[in-house]
Amino acid sequence: MMFSYCTDPSALQGLAWLSCYLTTGNHMLFYASFGTVMLLLAITAPVALLFGFGGAMASRSRIAGVRWFGRIYTSMVRGVPDIIFFLFVPIALDQGFEWLRSRVYCDPSVPVRQGNEFIVCAAAKLPLSTSPEWVHQAYGIFLAVIAFAVVFGAFAANVLYGAMNAVPRAQLETAEAYGMSPRQVSRRVLIPQMWTYALPGLANLWMILIKATPLLFVLGVEDIVYWARELGSAKTRAYAYPHPDWRLYYFLAILVFYLLMTWGSERFFDRIRARLSAGQATAAGEAMRKTAT
Amino acid sequence: MSQCLQTIQDYGLRALGIGERLLPRSEFTLCEQVTLIGSGLLWNVYFAALAVFLGFFLANLLAVAKASGNRWARKPAEWFIFLFRGSPLFIQFFLAYELLVQLPRAGIDILGITVQTSWMTRAWAGALLVLVLNTAAYSAEIFYGALRNLPKGELEAADAYGMAGWTRYRRVVWPTAMRLAWPAYTNEAIFLFHATTLVFFSGFPAYQQRGDALYYANYFADKTFNPFIAYPIVAGYFVLLTICLIALFGMVNRRLNRHLPGAAKKIRYRPNLIR
Repeated sequence: MMFSYCTDPSALQGLAWLSCYLTTGNHMLFYASFGTVMLLLAITAPVALLFGFGGAMASRSRIAGVRWFGRIYTSMVRGVPDIIFFLFVPIALDQGFEWLRSRVYCDPSVPVRQGNEFIVCAAAKLPLSTSPEWVHQAYGIFLAVIAFAVVFGAFAANVLYGAMNAVPRAQLETAEAYGMSPRQVSRRVLIPQMWTYALPGLANLWMILIKATPLLFVLGVEDIVYWARELGSAKTRAYAYPHPDWRLYYFLAILVFYLLMTWGSERFFDRIRARLSAGQATAAGEAMRKTAT
Repeated sequence: MSQCLQTIQDYGLRALGIGERLLPRSEFTLCEQVTLIGSGLLWNVYFAALAVFLGFFLANLLAVAKASGNRWARKPAEWFIFLFRGSPLFIQFFLAYELLVQLPRAGIDILGITVQTSWMTRAWAGALLVLVLNTAAYSAEIFYGALRNLPKGELEAADAYGMAGWTRYRRVVWPTAMRLAWPAYTNEAIFLFHATTLVFFSGFPAYQQRGDALYYANYFADKTFNPFIAYPIVAGYFVLLTICLIALFGMVNRRLNRHLPGAAKKIRYRPNLIR
């Protein structure tokens, strides 16, 4: 309860009612879930970039096994919808963790799959059933982050692999001619040079990542979509703040949030792009030179 | 084997409401999973095919409007594209469903004829509408980019032949724009096909458990607590159909480039990079 006059909502009218309604405990959780989305973005983006970097490097590896692993990882998102991974990865990981723990903490002779059940003893449960509610939520978000990182890592691997191939051969050959080892070539020439080529793809990936965040709802995380449905659905007289079905307005608010996010990101990337294009021997750089003179 | 044939008879068209009414409740044989998920795929193909087809025309209109000098045509197109490209498809589904639910139950009177509206809240119509608008926005941006990248020489050649307006558009601008846009448009079509799996996870209810491939895969994974069978099956189906889609669009690409020797390279599918 934010304001003192909110003690009896049924007596309130108009703006006073609205100010109390919008500051209830559940609404605070709704606002906090926007933070969850931001948190997911902040954690997933660097982790996915790391996964992508690993995938791209693996695809270029000289060792056939590693190369095949990298190729399969980078190409898995091409033919399969990402939402299948979002559904598959968390439950597969969860069962994997619980299976590992059950081998340690439970009687190993008992199989985990019994008919159509997946059963581990109470000690191997993740999180433990005695854990407080926030641990369950945090574990759910943790699994979601990994699922997002795996999928977007594969996308990023595609971008970075393409960017590495876009670095002019002559530059790499020059480095080789200077007697650099393959490791040195990639560390000193390939990786610093690829970012210009990777940036448009990575910027695009960021936009896709923003637009994929509502899928947290599908993973069972109490995110903005969950709260919008929860708070917006019609409330009878039994509730402190009865109202008809307002889900439309809640989803409109979420829509505006995402439009602002993508719009802001676009502006940001336009600036970076302009900075990177300045003085470059590309069409964009040439256009900048012409407008300047 | 004969048991599996029986299963195919029972569940082959279950997603359309034909055949056995109850979904499998125990056993969950591999045959049942493959059949039922395959029947759900009909919905994915339905959504993707119709949305790409209808969206294509709308996208061309939008691209021309966005490229036009008239701000009364340009601004609405820009806003439409911004709205649908700037927000998640998942939210668009929810929002559209809530909007369509608000339509009057009894129908709308137009010139004395009562137009029924309740069918709009059903997935086959409501979700299709969202998918059409969504893909139209993304495709329009691709086509707009192609219109801006038209080679100057071709336009000058059209002028030199005395072409203008519709003739110039139909015979020079449009074919070239399509040729330039086609690889990116192929990616968009694939992405849209993949996005059809979202329909039954967003607001739209699966009427009488008639869902798409992922709906049934999710059903099996929930019932068996085993994600390692149902999800790979649906993934396999999607890989196969994606390959078919690339082949289909590749054929169109070859036709668009038939006058340019050596230009009709294979379309390399670079997922999502344009979305």
